[in-house]
Amino acid sequence: MDRKENELLKVISGVDVLKQEVYNIRINGKSEKRKINDYIDIKTKEDGKGLDIYVKENTLFGVVHIPVIITKSGLKEVVYNDFYIGKNANVVILAGCGIHNDKHLDSEHDGVHRFFIEEGAKVKYVEKHFGNGNGSGSKILNPVTEIILKKDAKMTLESAQIEGVSSSNRVTKATIYENATLVIGEKILTSGNQVAKTDFFVKLEGENSSCKVNSRSVATENSSQSFNSYVEGNNKSYAHVSCDAIIKDKSSVKATPCIYANHLDANLIHEATIGKIAGDQLIKLMSLGLTEKEAEKIIIDGFLK
Amino acid sequence: MLVLKDLCFKRDNKKILDNVNLTLEENKFYVITGKNGSGKSTLAKIIMGILKPDSGKIILNGKDITETSVTERAKMGIGFAFQQPVKFKGITVFDLLKISKTKEMTRKEACSILSRVGLCALEYVDREVNASLSGGELKRIEIATLIAKKPVISIFDEPEAGIDLWSFQSLIKVFKEIESANLGITLVISHQEKILSIADEIILMNEGKIIKMAQKENILKDILKEDKCPKGVDFCG
Repeated sequence: MDRKENELLKVISGVDVLKQEVYNIRINGKSEKRKINDYIDIKTKEDGKGLDIYVKENTLFGVVHIPVIITKSGLKEVVYNDFYIGKNANVVILAGCGIHNDKHLDSEHDGVHRFFIEEGAKVKYVEKHFGNGNGSGSKILNPVTEIILKKDAKMTLESAQIEGVSSSNRVTKATIYENATLVIGEKILTSGNQVAKTDFFVKLEGENSSCKVNSRSVATENSSQSFNSYVEGNNKSYAHVSCDAIIKDKSSVKATPCIYANHLDANLIHEATIGKIAGDQLIKLMSLGLTEKEAEKIIIDGFLK
Repeated sequence: MLVLKDLCFKRDNKKILDNVNLTLEENKFYVITGKNGSGKSTLAKIIMGILKPDSGKIILNGKDITETSVTERAKMGIGFAFQQPVKFKGITVFDLLKISKTKEMTRKEACSILSRVGLCALEYVDREVNASLSGGELKRIEIATLIAKKPVISIFDEPEAGIDLWSFQSLIKVFKEIESANLGITLVISHQEKILSIADEIILMNEGKIIKMAQKENILKDILKEDKCPKGVDFCG
């Protein structure tokens, strides 16, 4: 790995991945480094276009890192990763994609992640997207996450797109069975002419299934974002979807909620708030000695924290 | 010393402040009182720079600060506790106290300030200053930010509003401490007799004017016996 690759890896992983117990590092379209243990296995798909990750039943405190780095301008790839999480396993999966593009060609990574989460298993999936480099070529990311949560299973999905991604289209589809829970937290910051689109499709199939989606985003300059969610309650179930966005400059944010109760005991809520930074928040921080710019930064950093 | 000269402020053709002249001296605890709509909060906001007067001057220690911004006035040592505290998503009580203090603040210092305003420090220091806090809790945090800032001029806009009776007692204690340790100017907008009774001087406002200003001994009795309705009780009958 060269310096650029190492830097990107640090940003999206937050730790020294090579010192972790289980990982697979993909650089410029190829799996470069891999480490597994007795409980978690990682295999390359036969067609070479992705990974199969197996977490054994009853695995406790498993941690898997699967970062993707692209530094080659013009590289476009679609990767299919399937996660098979055994019964009652408890695992944290840290994924992320960092693109450095110094040239004029577009770089693109489309990750299709499918999660098959067995009864009673718990998964925390953290995804971080980041782009840098001064080239005119776009940094494009289109992650697709498909989730099946069996009885009593729980998944927490945290995704963050904080800087430098020219265009993203994030699609999350989930089917949730009896007593299972899906919690999604999304954070997005766009600037320049960036475009970010998020789509959630959730089906609450099982009795007492539940879903909580919390999206916080900040759109600045000429960037635009759209947030679409569709939640269908086909059983006694609960869902709470909230989209909270700050807009600045000439940016735009569109939130389209759709909740469909198909059962008398389906309790579905959608909240959406879009607006500029409240003037009284700025004045309060300015009355403590901050300039307007400093106050704005603190408000945005806190909002996306 | 803070001098307000001929301050006027008009909105929708209504005189909110009508030629206000006031001199506030150091090491004194002032309470502004008066009926709703008499211009008290507007006057306080003009001192902080949140509102700009239509005419008149604000002189701080001989320097004209009328055209300075909120940030500049905060840096000069003016502090303001809002009547309706502002909520923030993702900013914790500790974050806000750290911003308030110009030098670095330790958790221990933050906890000590929170205890002073009657909040269990460990329970609150890492909580977000958001809608999950009650009005009274937010109010106490607001007062804590001013205690952390240690301004030369401290302005409190109706600090007792929204505070329950039990908390009100600890609030009075905080103000008594401020009053006894006061090295600058404290200006409190209040309707509460207990706060009025610890003032060095009371300023009475009505219809945008200062109608009386005197030491509490000479004004408190008059204020307390004034009719609640200017038109008298019989008017309603």
